Amino acid sequence: MNIVVCIKQVPDTTDVRIDPATNTLIREGVPSIINPFDMYAIEEALRLREKLGGKVTVISMGPPQVTEALKEAISMGVDDAILLSDRAFAGADTWATSYTLSMGIRKMGGADVILCGKQAIDGDTAQVGPGVAEFLDIPQVTYVKKIEQIDDKKAKVWRMTEEGYEVVDTSLPAMFTVVKEINEPRLPSLKGKMKAKSFQPTIWKAADIAADEKNIGLNGSPTNVVKIFTPPVRSGGIILQGDINEAVATVVEGLKERQII
Amino acid sequence: MSDIEIIQDKCVGCGACLSSCPYGAITLQDNLAVIDDDKCTLCGACVSSCGFDAILIRKDQVEKADISDFKGVWVFAEQKNGQVQSISYELMGEGRKLADALGVELAAVIMGHKIGDACQDLIWRGADKVYAVDDPALEHFCDEPYARIMADLIKEYKPEIVLGGASTIGRALIPRVAIKARTGLTADCTSLAIDEEKRILLQTRPAFGGNIMATIICPNHRPQMATVRHKVMKEAECDKTRQGQIIKKSFDKATLASRTSVAQVVEEATNMIKLTEADIIVSGGRGMKAPENFTLVENLARAVGGAVGASRAAVDAGWLPYSHQVGQTGKTVAPKLYIACGISGAIQHLVGMQSSDCIIAINKDPEAPIFKVASYGIVGDVFEVLPALTKKLQETCGK
Repeated sequence: MNIVVCIKQVPDTTDVRIDPATNTLIREGVPSIINPFDMYAIEEALRLREKLGGKVTVISMGPPQVTEALKEAISMGVDDAILLSDRAFAGADTWATSYTLSMGIRKMGGADVILCGKQAIDGDTAQVGPGVAEFLDIPQVTYVKKIEQIDDKKAKVWRMTEEGYEVVDTSLPAMFTVVKEINEPRLPSLKGKMKAKSFQPTIWKAADIAADEKNIGLNGSPTNVVKIFTPPVRSGGIILQGDINEAVATVVEGLKERQII
Repeated sequence: MSDIEIIQDKCVGCGACLSSCPYGAITLQDNLAVIDDDKCTLCGACVSSCGFDAILIRKDQVEKADISDFKGVWVFAEQKNGQVQSISYELMGEGRKLADALGVELAAVIMGHKIGDACQDLIWRGADKVYAVDDPALEHFCDEPYARIMADLIKEYKPEIVLGGASTIGRALIPRVAIKARTGLTADCTSLAIDEEKRILLQTRPAFGGNIMATIICPNHRPQMATVRHKVMKEAECDKTRQGQIIKKSFDKATLASRTSVAQVVEEATNMIKLTEADIIVSGGRGMKAPENFTLVENLARAVGGAVGASRAAVDAGWLPYSHQVGQTGKTVAPKLYIACGISGAIQHLVGMQSSDCIIAINKDPEAPIFKVASYGIVGDVFEVLPALTKKLQETCGK
């Protein structure tokens, strides 16, 4: 089985500190990591390979430094990694990103199963997985929390909903976006780390994947960011120490005033 | 090719852009900002951070789609078992405002099976027109036929704005529709407005877990599409005197075909209120120490009619199922009242709840970061504070 995992490198928010004066993120010097949701996608791909055989390839779009994220995937046991890297890809919104990734996957010869994390923790859009599925004209199941059955032709998966879950049958090839509940990602193995050390991903530029320049990067993106701002700072709250009953009374009075209760 | 440039005459070397860059791509050299092309993704965060207009992103002139004949505001209305979902009422309320600001019609699109009552309901909630597709094949949400139908209807009727809910259905469906329609889509918006001069939709959404807000436009493509976060916009009122037109559409087999099918719908048996629907959430964290202590959290939730949440630490310890997790890898919530019990307030938790209207934090460590976002902080032992607070609230609410 040919399994492709789309991953994104994101700033590590566990390392993000908050500036106490402005209450904004200090993003300088923040290390980059694999998007946490994509770790579940990688793990699920490895489990599918263990069960069914085949090959797991990760693909990502981004600047050259994304190589580090791809090496980390290799250290977990992924077979191969492809980096779509070209200055012309920069500034892509989800439309252009979906197009670019889908062209990369086409160049690879397609896949039986494509896995993505349910969303990336920086943009939080959850749009690229469905976008890639649409460009490749394959079915999708989003918010997958369990792959119950799978063979070469079809799969039965559990899709998380607001009320519980749905059991969904799908033909393959298909795109699954996965949630945290699906598994527990493994740590890199020693062997994997050794392999990752010398590993260099295949790098494809726009011309290599026959991407139409009207569809990539900032030029190919229908949306534009016009303003980025910090949300209003929460005004200073009331901190109550000492007698618990007094503190509780103060809080309940406050809730009454705010007409919450 | 598009590119980014520091205008050297304007840059004063203040360094404000350095900390705005999520990718560490900007450095100061000889008192001027320098951007490393190998790291920059042209995300634009630095452009807004510069107080001197010294950073410029140049976009090549792109071909403009003909957008002049797109008119009207559309809402994709979700239904389950023939009942319009509350998120769709919120979209109708917001859609009506946008349509009135533009002086155009508001229409709803609804798909499903046996949805006659739902169509009428949408008119009472503000729709001038309802495009209804009633077919057994559409009984359950299925990505492919829903996306094909939506895209076909957009092609036929050309609305200028399309809104969907940022729900598990909306966030699966609407991205596929936007690709088909070759147009922009902004995810999970918390505020929408019309730029009246340019007649374009200003779409504002949180990113980086709510730590920054971005306003996004879709200037050259139509429709302008957005998914909207639940519980942010106000529901449209139901006015049973309202009149509107129901337009029934039908589609051929090829359009209705789906490679996925729903074999079973499982509603997880829970007598607890759903997190994303709740106006009040009481969450417990590592400070609750053991699963049996969550009774204290549940009692408080019951006293105020709220839902029970948990921090990642509590979920990872197996004290509560994942569906209760609030935070970056769980759910993002913004209730009227959020009560954090024994939660220290790691950034991953804060980003999932800091948009709540009022936050009460209970923690024995006065230095806990949760107090920074709290409207009311009680420094004390949760095992003493929770029963006292529950009792007081029971007396007050009379439950």
